[in-house]
Amino acid sequence: MTARSVRGVAATAMAGVLAAGAAACSTPGGGGGAKDSLVVGLANEPETLSPLLGYGKDGNSKIFDGLLRRDASMKLQPALAAGLPKVADDGRTYTFALRKGVKFSDGKPFTAQDVVFTYRTILDEKTNNAAKGELDAIDKVTAAGDDTVVFVLKYPYAPFAERTVLPIVPEHAAKGQDVNSGSFNTAPIGTGPYVLTGWSKGEKLTFKANPGYWGGEPKVKKLTMAIIKDDDVRATRLRSGDLDGAILPPNLAKGFKDDKSKTTVTARTTDFRGVTLPTANKVTGDLAVRRALDLAVDRKAMVDKLLEGAGRAGYGPVPTGSDWFAKGTERPYDPDKAKKLLDDAGWRTGGDGIREKDGQRAAFTLWFPAGDKLREEHALAFASDAKKAGIEVKVQSGTWEVIEPRMKNDAVLAGDGNPADPDFDLYNLLHSSLALNGFNNMAAYSNPDVDKALEEGRRSGDKAARKAAYDKVQQGLADNPGYTFLTHIDHLYVVNDKWKNLSTQVEPHDHGLGAGPWWNVEDWQPEQ
Amino acid sequence: MARMAGRRLLAAVPVLAAVTFGVFALAAASPFDPAKAYAGSAALGARQDVLDQLRDNLGADRPFTARWWDWLTSALTGDLGVSASLRQPVAQVIGERVGWSVLLCGIAFALAVTAGTALGVLAARRRGGLFDRAVTSLAYALEAAPPFWLGLLAIWLFALKLDALPAGGLTDTGSDAATPGQIASHVVLPAAVLALSQLPWFVLYVRQGVGDALAEDPVRGARARGLRERTVLLGHALRSGLLPVLTLTGSRIPELITGALLVETVFSWPGIASATVEAATKVDFPLLAALTVLATAAVLAGNLLADLLYGLADPRVGFDG
Repeated sequence: MTARSVRGVAATAMAGVLAAGAAACSTPGGGGGAKDSLVVGLANEPETLSPLLGYGKDGNSKIFDGLLRRDASMKLQPALAAGLPKVADDGRTYTFALRKGVKFSDGKPFTAQDVVFTYRTILDEKTNNAAKGELDAIDKVTAAGDDTVVFVLKYPYAPFAERTVLPIVPEHAAKGQDVNSGSFNTAPIGTGPYVLTGWSKGEKLTFKANPGYWGGEPKVKKLTMAIIKDDDVRATRLRSGDLDGAILPPNLAKGFKDDKSKTTVTARTTDFRGVTLPTANKVTGDLAVRRALDLAVDRKAMVDKLLEGAGRAGYGPVPTGSDWFAKGTERPYDPDKAKKLLDDAGWRTGGDGIREKDGQRAAFTLWFPAGDKLREEHALAFASDAKKAGIEVKVQSGTWEVIEPRMKNDAVLAGDGNPADPDFDLYNLLHSSLALNGFNNMAAYSNPDVDKALEEGRRSGDKAARKAAYDKVQQGLADNPGYTFLTHIDHLYVVNDKWKNLSTQVEPHDHGLGAGPWWNVEDWQPEQ
Repeated sequence: MARMAGRRLLAAVPVLAAVTFGVFALAAASPFDPAKAYAGSAALGARQDVLDQLRDNLGADRPFTARWWDWLTSALTGDLGVSASLRQPVAQVIGERVGWSVLLCGIAFALAVTAGTALGVLAARRRGGLFDRAVTSLAYALEAAPPFWLGLLAIWLFALKLDALPAGGLTDTGSDAATPGQIASHVVLPAAVLALSQLPWFVLYVRQGVGDALAEDPVRGARARGLRERTVLLGHALRSGLLPVLTLTGSRIPELITGALLVETVFSWPGIASATVEAATKVDFPLLAALTVLATAAVLAGNLLADLLYGLADPRVGFDG
């Protein structure tokens, strides 16, 4: 072998190494380029894609449509229904006329029978759908011909239409298999704007635009939802161009503030954090203690420090920005008044700075679910504020299995919130009939005036009457705060600046792939 | 040989039955509630009657012995049951995932055995030399390093700092087709990390075995006959030095499976690891039992394989096992 050919071989080998290196470098950046594709990073994966087991029950399911859907301002709009339902029989009968000519993605037509099948299957007791209680009001669902569906309710239930954003399943595809484990859970068929093309569990879900979508084929043709549990990894992959958008906690979203190619979209929510004050506990059941705690917590400091400004002070499940919020029920931060309330009620400061009354020390335990850092921080901030007023709060962590049997006497750092209707949160949290029923009304709150107003609110069909009822509920909660509500948390999304007019809805506590600026990705227009 | 294999297979039956019984007992003793784990975030707003109905449907309140017996009898007829946590039949869960796990473990194991043998022979050639000392100390250090830590380190270096290899998954985020090229680039890091975590055992055993063999009479005889050093090393010393390695091959399989659980989790590899974690935290009895049987069977098969190979390699060892 001559010296020249050795050099040649070496050069060729070198070039090969460089090419391989370059090819390897370019692979991770796959998602970023095209304008008709979107890759987003989410923290949580749905357990199933079958609406029969609870997928997409609050709308924006991509694969499916409900009878109704919500627009950007959370107003109900017809989807598979031709219009809003006709309500009759004092709010006990809801009649939906259905949109004509809609087809499922497999080409078969959508009919009233599919609607009936969907609701009946969910309500069937053999179906393992944990959210079926939300449809508790339904007595009967029947089809009247091919294009009309009639719901008859057990009792007048004003917010019922909000529940009909529930996705509709094709009877021909889902029938005849085990609803709890059948293939429809992983390979669903719907009428929605997107069709599922793959689901690699724990990794990602991929969708393509449904060319036959009744609302027009979406401009974003390819949609990928990558499941990345770790916040730091998600942020890194967004930075590297692997993702076009991602949900991020405030401290990581801040890192993208100076990045000109990305925007941060803030979603307002009804996602509250608050402390339950169990009625059975001698300390937290005391009205003076409850009112004092309500005044002693510095909500603004929590929003500024724990949430880095991404949130709002909360005085109840209904956020201050909502139309349903009872103006004037905000409670100011007033530690001096809190101390005076306790003094007047006979809670005297003992030797160790903790108050006592009739031999009862002003101390209780506050649990938070282990591993939830945000709740832990809220719990510690609450405990430190309470301490300043002379009330000792012992903060402990445990799994829900540990916490649940103790909820009767111990406080819990709770979080929940559904923006669709005030009934959903207020009734479950405050109605005495649901005291310690599952995770509803964990404080065992019991206030006859509030109970009555809650009943009025859910039965009355008149919006003004409902507003008056919920004002009464919120006033009742302010007078006897059986929970110390602390904050409403904003959800932050960082997105590539490739699309215009991004918006968000008001988001619930449980925000999966239907939340975020991509709630309406089917309507997105690429920037020109 | 066939008799030994048959006897071992028979002995495996009670072992498997006992192991699944233990899994059901452990899952029943765990503090997790299957109904709440199933409901997930929906449990927050669920009414007690819905949760009770769910618990009833899932059979969560039945004694675990009855559930175990039902599972065992239906498993014998080929029906592995339904995974509640993944809303799929157990057979489907395993079918979708086991291939990816076998691919990962197979590559890693082959890599560990070949690289371990090569490094071990080189180190044994001059025991106490610079190369030997470097390899041995590195092997001890690797033996102490947990695989998930190695995995995170590899992601940090190759994916984040050098941007040379993907950080996880089976394919790029933006593409859905699992092409061989994509899988090849995605399997490099997890397989390398898994191999690295198994490597030290093979290096150290081969080094010891070959090193001892080099001092034995047959090797001295071979040298005296004037055979080439290469022939002495590979033809004589390695052959007798490999015997303990064969035993090791069998006994490393459990370690390989545990290592794979951690590595798959770190690299979001869609194998059986994530299903195992899911099954354990959600008290998914049927899935948990099936996965445990799978792991137990792999361990028993590994041991059997090692014994058979040992017998084949060294005629002095019988197949009485």
